[in-house]
Amino acid sequence: MTIKQRDFLHSMWDFFCSLKLTMFLLISLAVISIIGTIIPQGPPPPEYLVTISQTKQQLYQALGFFDMYHSWWFVLLLYLLTVNLVACSIKRLPHIWKIISQPALVLSSGLEQSLANKASFKCSDRPDVLKEKLTTFLSSEFARPVVTEADGDWHLFAQKTPWCRLSVYFVHLSVIVIFIGAMIGSLFGYKGFVNILEGQSISKVMTRSGKEIDLGFSLRCDQFSVALYKNGAPKEFKSILTVLENGVPVPDYTNARVIVNDPLTYKGITFYQSSYGNAGSYFFTVSGLDGKDSIPVTLDTNTSATLPDGSTMSVVEATDDVSQFIPNLSGPAAQVEIRGPQGGSEKVVVYANYPEMNIQHAREHKGALVLQYKGAQKQMYTGLQVAKDPGVWIVWLGCALMVLGIYGAFLMSHRRIWIRIQNGHVTIGGNASKNQAAFEHYFGGLASKLKKQLTGEEQL
Amino acid sequence: MTSSLLFNVNTIAYLISMLLFFAFMASRAKALGTAGIAVAYFGLLAQTGAIALRWKESYDMGVGHAPLSNLYESVVFFSWTIVLIFALLDLKYKYRVIGAFVMPFALLGMTWAQLGMNSGIEPLVPALQSNWLLYHVITCFLGYAAFAVACGISIMYLIKANHDESGQKAGESSIMSMFPPIRVLDDLNYRAIMIGFPLLTLGIITGAAWANYAWGTYWSWDPKETWSLIVWFVYAAFLHARFTRGWVGKRAAWLSIIGFAATIFCYLGVNLFLSGLHSYGGGGKM
Repeated sequence: MTIKQRDFLHSMWDFFCSLKLTMFLLISLAVISIIGTIIPQGPPPPEYLVTISQTKQQLYQALGFFDMYHSWWFVLLLYLLTVNLVACSIKRLPHIWKIISQPALVLSSGLEQSLANKASFKCSDRPDVLKEKLTTFLSSEFARPVVTEADGDWHLFAQKTPWCRLSVYFVHLSVIVIFIGAMIGSLFGYKGFVNILEGQSISKVMTRSGKEIDLGFSLRCDQFSVALYKNGAPKEFKSILTVLENGVPVPDYTNARVIVNDPLTYKGITFYQSSYGNAGSYFFTVSGLDGKDSIPVTLDTNTSATLPDGSTMSVVEATDDVSQFIPNLSGPAAQVEIRGPQGGSEKVVVYANYPEMNIQHAREHKGALVLQYKGAQKQMYTGLQVAKDPGVWIVWLGCALMVLGIYGAFLMSHRRIWIRIQNGHVTIGGNASKNQAAFEHYFGGLASKLKKQLTGEEQL
Repeated sequence: MTSSLLFNVNTIAYLISMLLFFAFMASRAKALGTAGIAVAYFGLLAQTGAIALRWKESYDMGVGHAPLSNLYESVVFFSWTIVLIFALLDLKYKYRVIGAFVMPFALLGMTWAQLGMNSGIEPLVPALQSNWLLYHVITCFLGYAAFAVACGISIMYLIKANHDESGQKAGESSIMSMFPPIRVLDDLNYRAIMIGFPLLTLGIITGAAWANYAWGTYWSWDPKETWSLIVWFVYAAFLHARFTRGWVGKRAAWLSIIGFAATIFCYLGVNLFLSGLHSYGGGGKM
């Protein structure tokens, strides 16, 4: 390796170890992430595309703005952050490890100079008696000390929670663990969606990327229902599901109840209540104004039918009891949309219990056809989100590590106390890795107590 | 006694407390500071009672749930957490003048909620029927409140730092002498964020856990989720700024203020301007 190469590697290493890079990456990630909260993510909906120009659309597409959190530049920033935090940790860890594993056991004058908290007083006891007294004192008041003899003087060193200095590295590690969990999830898991009609079963689901996945078992929807509060707001969306292996219901997974916030998991695949709809049929007849030439028309929610005069008809909404909309009428009714052959459309309510109203409506609107509603056959379907994520436990492990790490890093402090017995003087010093003010208070109290025990004097 | 009456009492208490803190700042009369904090405590107590009462009232109506389910209830809770965090800070450090910069946030929240929002108790939609609601909302809002307090302290920091730079001696200007030294303000700012950051982290994690439990995805880059991460990034930057040359002092104070602005956007802006999974009451989503 030439000197030049080494210099280059050195400066690369320094670059990745720098906190300035951390600041740059964190702020960049914060700013760049805003884009994806303004521009809709995923395949852009047509309603959105009409609001932006063609050039803008092409630009966004080219820059990956429609899936920005998976774009190469966003992922690159996340990788850089990972490299940065690993490099920073590697650079600083040996020093921290040394503080923990090889603490300074001797209170040298150099160390004494560097301590913010210290006190000293005379004591006439013999050094070895004093040493025992101080050991007992520290053990009961703070922590068991290590006693060292150096140059004929006695030194005591005691510390509390030294390992909390490692907490911040656990936080850094937890970020990596979460990334690993997320990667495992995206490599070996999938997210999908499936609609199941009441009474029917499925064995395949469609993933978000459009791939068909065989579940290896079947899932039947026995029933779907919606419960409402008195004010009409939804109270509960409920699917009754049964898992079938080779067509036979699995005992513990028969008639299982799935509601929002309470999914069903079978063989690592979880089904979540997500949407619903009605795939039932609506029955009508169409006739002339005199009621002759009546023909039946059957529609479902998503289809339309062509009528004898060339117009098309589709169902907008239907109800079993029209009285909730029009108080003095009752019975089933359907609101249909009629599109004329020359364009233009109108919405008409067709009643089941009032054939004469339907005729009158046709007369008033100079129509040639009369619609009659014959009722509906309901068939609900349930829409289930399907997910398999073998990495999720690693993500939770990472989260737990992060919470514990943050707790240790913010709320715990490595506290150290040194005592030296030299020429009839007792010198006590201490420091803390965090919360200096609280430690100063604690140290002051400890030193006074010690002095009082040894000399009987109150003041330091 | 109804919760809505008690909420009015509590709003008026916050108003009086804020005015007392302003008078305290202007006059330097210690008694006014003591009165300001006493009224703030009284308001906090009234609000605590009101929230508990509203909780009970929802059970009386047969739709029992914790009062954390819509914008009105969340703004009220936010205001409560701000005063709570301020009270904790006051008990420990006794810098009363901070009240003049923190109580306005709490008052603003309560005034907006009481005057501008529908305060009716509504039944819980299916998406919110989970114990995670409690854990998620409480951790998030305590975090937000700590950031609000940090923001108030940062504003004080910038005012004081600019004043110190302009060369006037301490004690010369009556209001400035009320402010703690900038070293102390910097430290308090850091302490408030040290409370807020772990809580925000917990809030994001409980949110992810809930999303995973309810939808099968712990993270879907929904605008709310993304903005919470943006806030997290800003405060992570703040925490690292303390060890970075050139980033201490004013820049750190600005980061804290920007962080709170992002917090407010995450809380309100996302619901008002962007659409996503948190748009409750909008229909469509379960």
